Amino acid sequence: MHEMSIALHIKDIVIDSIPSDQTGVKVETINLKIGKLTAVVPKSLKFCFDIISRDTPFNGAILNIEEPPLILFCNDCNKESTIIKPPFTCKNCKSSNIEFLSGRELLVVSIEVSQP
Amino acid sequence: MEIKVVRDILDVNNSIAEENRKFFSAKGVFVLNLMSSPGSGKTATLEKTLVRINNKIPAAVIVGDICTTNDAERLLKTSTPVVQINTDNFGGECHLAAHVIRKAADDLDLDSIKLLIIENIGNLVCPAEFDIGEDMRGVVLSVTEGEDKPLKYPLMFRVCDFALLNKIDLLPYLDFDKDKAIDNIHAVHPEMPVFEISASKGLGFDDWIEWLCTMVENKFTD
Repeated sequence: MHEMSIALHIKDIVIDSIPSDQTGVKVETINLKIGKLTAVVPKSLKFCFDIISRDTPFNGAILNIEEPPLILFCNDCNKESTIIKPPFTCKNCKSSNIEFLSGRELLVVSIEVSQP
Repeated sequence: MEIKVVRDILDVNNSIAEENRKFFSAKGVFVLNLMSSPGSGKTATLEKTLVRINNKIPAAVIVGDICTTNDAERLLKTSTPVVQINTDNFGGECHLAAHVIRKAADDLDLDSIKLLIIENIGNLVCPAEFDIGEDMRGVVLSVTEGEDKPLKYPLMFRVCDFALLNKIDLLPYLDFDKDKAIDNIHAVHPEMPVFEISASKGLGFDDWIEWLCTMVENKFTD
């Protein structure tokens, strides 16, 4: 539901990232990381982004979205677990003393541009 | 040509949230962000909470809704200062963002309060992603919803620091499995405090209020 707001933030970051000495460049691809434990639906984000990118240097740009899985690190047994649903506990020792190694990313990683 | 960026999509919001946190801390104000699905009883819970807390900790409320000022009008009856935010009269943002909170706070006399409660927009998805500069996050889950809500909205229950299980006076009339609901909360967020309350009947508020007061006092005595 808030994908439009996320899309607008991406738009600002992309505009900031185009070097000021490069006029007339076209943004071909925007590489994103949207972790599995975020409240963002990639399909909805692409839909919103297509709407706001009209009449911009990134009209028609491809949103290339990598979705990192949810990986936990256990502070008790030092093992990693990849999980797809709760419980958010270590698969090895069942401890809840865990940290998220991946799955919470909301990142613009890079943009790919071409000269006119 | 590939240009490296590596920026958090919400970095602008996050940095305003961090400024809010410093601003409220400098004013000696503890900020609670209260979230839930629509109809779980956030406003009723706040009405009962504010009446009980007013003589212990001076508080104010920022209440967010897509439209109407109904919640603000209800909360004003507790003699608490209230600022209503409407994101759009015809279907606006589904969450409160950090810059909106900073602006709304200008309408409050922060020097005369110690606790600012932000009643977020009823939604278990979007508000979970937006830091607004709070010290603590809470989620209200009512027993008229499914006990699997924590599993369906794990991010919300993971980012919150406590849960209020509301409408427990209705348990005898429902098939709701309370123990299962609490197990599901703890599957997503082990050891998260869960307070069982009924806002309409005023049940269970003593433990919740005592804990909230302790959290507020701890911020300024640590």
